[in-house]
Amino acid sequence: MRSLLSALSVLCFGSATLWAATDGLRAFTSEQARRLAVEESPRPVPTAVLEDQDGVAFSLAEYRGRRLLVDFIYTRCRTICTALGASFARLSNDLAAHGPDGPVLLSISFDPDVDTVAQLRAYADLYHADGKIWRIARVPSKEALAAMLTTFEVVVIPDALGGFQHNAAIHLVDDSGRLARVFGYEEAGLAGDITASIAR
Amino acid sequence: MTSSAALPRWAAGLLLFAILALPAARRGLEAEMVTHMLVQIPLLALSGVLLVSAAGGCMRRILEPYNESGLSGMLVVLFASSFWMLPRALDAALDRPAMELFKFVSLPLLVGAPLAVSWGRLGPVGRGFVLANTISMIAALGWLYRQSPVRLCNYYLIDQQVVLGDCLLWVALAWGLACTARAFISPRGFAPEGSSQDVRSP
Repeated sequence: MRSLLSALSVLCFGSATLWAATDGLRAFTSEQARRLAVEESPRPVPTAVLEDQDGVAFSLAEYRGRRLLVDFIYTRCRTICTALGASFARLSNDLAAHGPDGPVLLSISFDPDVDTVAQLRAYADLYHADGKIWRIARVPSKEALAAMLTTFEVVVIPDALGGFQHNAAIHLVDDSGRLARVFGYEEAGLAGDITASIAR
Repeated sequence: MTSSAALPRWAAGLLLFAILALPAARRGLEAEMVTHMLVQIPLLALSGVLLVSAAGGCMRRILEPYNESGLSGMLVVLFASSFWMLPRALDAALDRPAMELFKFVSLPLLVGAPLAVSWGRLGPVGRGFVLANTISMIAALGWLYRQSPVRLCNYYLIDQQVVLGDCLLWVALAWGLACTARAFISPRGFAPEGSSQDVRSP
């Protein structure tokens, strides 16, 4: 009897633990957990000093009142970032219709050593980023970059080819400066989805 | 179990645990997804299997009535090992020292130790059930890791997860063949043989 009761309690406690550890069977990977956490409780983003493709210093705080779509890149990337770049290129066309107070696209490099202002410029030219609706930026301070990546929960690890792998996504920062949604780059029809959700 | 017989087993478990806890061993095994999941985690559980022989008769007598058929213990093993199969648990262990500590405590204590205690109490059907499910789950997990188009762990490269998937499939195949051979070539293979501690592969 005691055996059976203890087995039942283990069953209850174990299921509850696994339920909690997966956010109710909704998140099995840290990337799923991050997307869920951001959606359920948007978090303020750091107001670090950034530098854009023209060498102009600015901060995310300047975009209060406007929505921002942020992706993290390194300009040498020839894999996932090209998919992100293509999505952003399409989005920048769609967003042009929103006028001067519409959402802004921001690509932030996490490789400031290699990605100098000149490199950012070259990346902008490659994808026809206009530097206004779509800005390419670097974070000159290593500490500020680390804090930025921590807030966005972006993990960057070196790969075997001298590049990086990172949890690539498109991040929506709302008009009060909070990270409010994370769109997976692998979602089909991503740019269309984002355009639709931005339009609301 | 006499203390003279228990000591070496107990000491081996402690030694294994101490080696795994060395910073160099931790870094080395956690650098690759496949060694993290297929070497470090099973060895931590094994250290618990060995360490449990240190538990005094008093503790055994207190716990025994709650685990007569081995069911409670095996459920603890099931839940704790399932937790460490979540990709986000692996990430968390690499990201947060508290989670890493929990890994080093929970695998010996909640996987290895209850497995060693409960395995001997399971009947042949129970053992067969556990083995068949474990092996098929390893195979399913391996297939999942191989096929996943997205990276499952933020701290591991996508190619490492294909390697892990391959290794899991090989483990499932080898273990499955070994069990099949034991079950059909030597039919008494699954019968309890008097020893309640004869668990070598967690």
